[in-house]
Amino acid sequence: MRADYLAKRFGVFLLILWLAATLNFFLPRLSGMDPVRQKLLAQAQLGGYVQTGIEAMVKEYDHRFGLDKPLWRQYLTYLHDVARLDFNYSIANYPRRVNEIIAEAIPWTVSLLGITTLLSFSIGTILGALLAWPRAPRWMRYLMPPLWALHAIPFFLVGLILMYLVSFQVRWFPMFGGYSAGAFPALTLEFVGDVIAHSILPAMSIVLAATGGWALAMRGMMVTTQGEDYVIFAEAKGLKSLTIFLRYCIRNAILPQTTALALALGQIFSGAVLVEVIFGYPGIGTVLFLAIRENDHFLIQGIVFTVILALGLATLILDAIYPLLDPRITYRRA
Amino acid sequence: MKPDVLRVRGLQVYYHTPLGAVKAAEDISFSLKAEERLGLVGESGSGKSTLALAILRMIKPPGRIEAGEVWLDGQNVMTLSEEEMRQVRLARIAMIPQGSMNSLNPVMRIQAQIADALRDHGVRMTKRQVEERVRDLLQSVGLKPEVATMFPHELSGGMKQRACIAIAISLRPKVIIADEPTSALDVVVQKQVMETLARVQRALGASVILVGHDMGLVAQFVDRLGVMYAGKLVEVSPVRDVFTKPLHPYTTLLIATLPSLEQKGTFAGIPGLPPLLRDLPPGCAFHPRCPYAVDRCRTEVPHLMEGRPDSWAACHLLS
Amino acid sequence: MGEGTTPPGPIPEAARPGKPAAALRYVRRNPSLVVGILLLLTLVLFVGIGHFVVDTSKSRPLSAPVLQPPSPEYPFGTDRQGRDLLAVMVAGTPLTLRIGFIAGLLGVGVGSILAFVSAYYRGAVDTVIRGIADIGLTVPGLLVLIIIAVSIKEGLTVDQMAIIVASLAWLNPTRTIRAQVLSLRERGYVEVARLSGMSGPEIIVKELMPNLLPYLAATLVNAVSNAILASIGLEVLGLGPIESPTLGMTLYWVNYNAALINGWWWWWTAPIVIILIVFLGLFFLTVGLDEIANPRLRRTV
Repeated sequence: MRADYLAKRFGVFLLILWLAATLNFFLPRLSGMDPVRQKLLAQAQLGGYVQTGIEAMVKEYDHRFGLDKPLWRQYLTYLHDVARLDFNYSIANYPRRVNEIIAEAIPWTVSLLGITTLLSFSIGTILGALLAWPRAPRWMRYLMPPLWALHAIPFFLVGLILMYLVSFQVRWFPMFGGYSAGAFPALTLEFVGDVIAHSILPAMSIVLAATGGWALAMRGMMVTTQGEDYVIFAEAKGLKSLTIFLRYCIRNAILPQTTALALALGQIFSGAVLVEVIFGYPGIGTVLFLAIRENDHFLIQGIVFTVILALGLATLILDAIYPLLDPRITYRRA
Repeated sequence: MKPDVLRVRGLQVYYHTPLGAVKAAEDISFSLKAEERLGLVGESGSGKSTLALAILRMIKPPGRIEAGEVWLDGQNVMTLSEEEMRQVRLARIAMIPQGSMNSLNPVMRIQAQIADALRDHGVRMTKRQVEERVRDLLQSVGLKPEVATMFPHELSGGMKQRACIAIAISLRPKVIIADEPTSALDVVVQKQVMETLARVQRALGASVILVGHDMGLVAQFVDRLGVMYAGKLVEVSPVRDVFTKPLHPYTTLLIATLPSLEQKGTFAGIPGLPPLLRDLPPGCAFHPRCPYAVDRCRTEVPHLMEGRPDSWAACHLLS
Repeated sequence: MGEGTTPPGPIPEAARPGKPAAALRYVRRNPSLVVGILLLLTLVLFVGIGHFVVDTSKSRPLSAPVLQPPSPEYPFGTDRQGRDLLAVMVAGTPLTLRIGFIAGLLGVGVGSILAFVSAYYRGAVDTVIRGIADIGLTVPGLLVLIIIAVSIKEGLTVDQMAIIVASLAWLNPTRTIRAQVLSLRERGYVEVARLSGMSGPEIIVKELMPNLLPYLAATLVNAVSNAILASIGLEVLGLGPIESPTLGMTLYWVNYNAALINGWWWWWTAPIVIILIVFLGLFFLTVGLDEIANPRLRRTV
């Protein structure tokens, strides 16, 4: 039964990947864009090349990039490459390959997103649960309005505000980049400390803005759960307040909360991209930003596909974990 | 004469809404003897479930227990602290919830849901002892031992209710309040559940308050029957007498509406509608629909009076 | 357990409280709605009055001396390309809002139709629509928008942005409205309508829609908010209408010129404050409308 459920989800995952790859392939071509030609023309203008040589150069690059073959062959080659996670050369940073550039940026983004999501989800969920508990200390009620307000503000906006307040005015934390300019990446304590110092502001922007949302959601789920028949019966059983809170309320409210996490991953990532851009944090977001500026289509496509792949995997993992939390799902096909 | 196990005096529960106070229960008084079965019937909104919750002090805002005493073994439950009341629940007064699908925690196994009640009431047992106790309890309600490791969604409606009964008797309470325990079950299962309830009650020597809206079903089970209308207890008599010699006009009309297998005829109802609990008529709450109402009924609220030995009704016609 | 409480019936005319007292009481019960409306009203006033008082042609580059801090002549200062920032805000805010509204309306419009069809007819239609909506939601919308925006050759106009954002804006409304319709569908009165011979579309329009109106309104405001966020996101990344003085584009220039490091604080303060008001206003409005759609009888906090 569980294998059945997982197989279906995996199938959908592959379908999404295929759709993404196909979209990536056809959309630019539909609008008649030829990224290579464009780039070469741009270069030519900058460098003052002679126009006559251009056609020959374009032809050569077309051949190199495989753009002179019939469309269906290009498509198949493309799919084949994508399956091996080979995204071709980066147009803007030729001769570096897209994979190389992405591979450099991924650890930054993964660590930033991973840690901030974990923090904001945990803190938010616990906070939300406490807010719904009648026995919680009164002063916690006053946390609601600021949490609400922060929840409404997009991540990058919080980032900008933080940047001004903390970095510019007070100079507590560095404003920009992943590490100080000129620092040599090494596994020394000094470098790690530097990296952490640079990550604090981007991380805080995301955590501050996201925690409120999770807290509100959890509080909502808890209120709903508290009205359920089994909670009333639990009270009639004379269970201790703590037992009811933990084993009957939270344990049930956490289920829709986890589903919400799986659904929110895409949004969280979108928010994080803008935060990275603002702080110049060397993750996928900044690389994407630069790629857009340079019109580097291969890099853009590579990034988009990688992200969809990563998020799809994360969602799949969460989907696999869910039956462990909710016994009703495992036995659905019994 | 058996002693009184539970005595309710003047219980009053109001729900405070922005549109006014909803008088869900007004001046309820009755007694429950040891090993006695008392039924409480009434239409939806007559205050039956409110009463059950009130006895257990489980009324939540905007509802509030405005007044009243509930004497259990010589102690007024209304004066107990929160913690003391918590200990009373299940151990001395147990509730069997409505026969809806949802009274068991969907993510906990049955065994765990019986065990946590034991644990939170201070019963110290080893794991093996708990398992044995659970098995015995399940057996006493007619469930197989395998049920212990199952989740609620794996059980049928009747099985779930019987599991709830098992939980309710786990600490051998003196009083069991069954609030519409068979309302969402089909007829065959209803009978099974009621038989189970009867059996465990006899074995425990406990008293039962059975709350319901199906007069026929409740009557088959109980020794005495109480009739509720608009938040008040209008009649309390031995069950036979309620059907053969009803004292209160509402009871008389109710019985007339019950379809009979022997006689054929058209369905009769009671003309009019029950009043809004927020907006009760002055005097006797039933007087607008009562065919025997006199002037006094419109102004003075009737109280329970003994019309016959051990038969009480709240009606001016008795005096 | 609703025993013992009767649902509130119609209030007799004599007992109804006076209008202003009732209004005040409602404000106390639903403060979010009022706060939201007030915030948005402030913006509308700002833009409305602004259009009369300020010369919006000054929002174009080279209209004023560059990098002036706020002064009586230029209350919001000027930017590096010589734009009068007050003019930029007055001209740009309605542009951003317009993108949000167009995309939000289109999104909710298409979304509701799909939701009603999907929830009412069920079966294969439902599976397909729901499948597409679910797939569309697991992919981060911003990325898809980036791909689309990057694939378009020429520079974008404001309205083209709106349509691009709208292309994804129907996903979430479809899902949420469908859930609501499904829960309503099970209610008794729909069965009654069907048994009394009303046709499918008739039921949808006459029975389901009126009950969903507050919920639809809340979904619309939410969609508008998301659309504005998406459009600002695209603009900050540099994919927006380059010539337009929209809020997102202003932030793009702020980033491009490293205005923060250079200390030109007035350049980014104005757009940030306005964006804050937009999002907070829309958020409180959503919460307020949600309260109307799902009134909670008890106030827990």
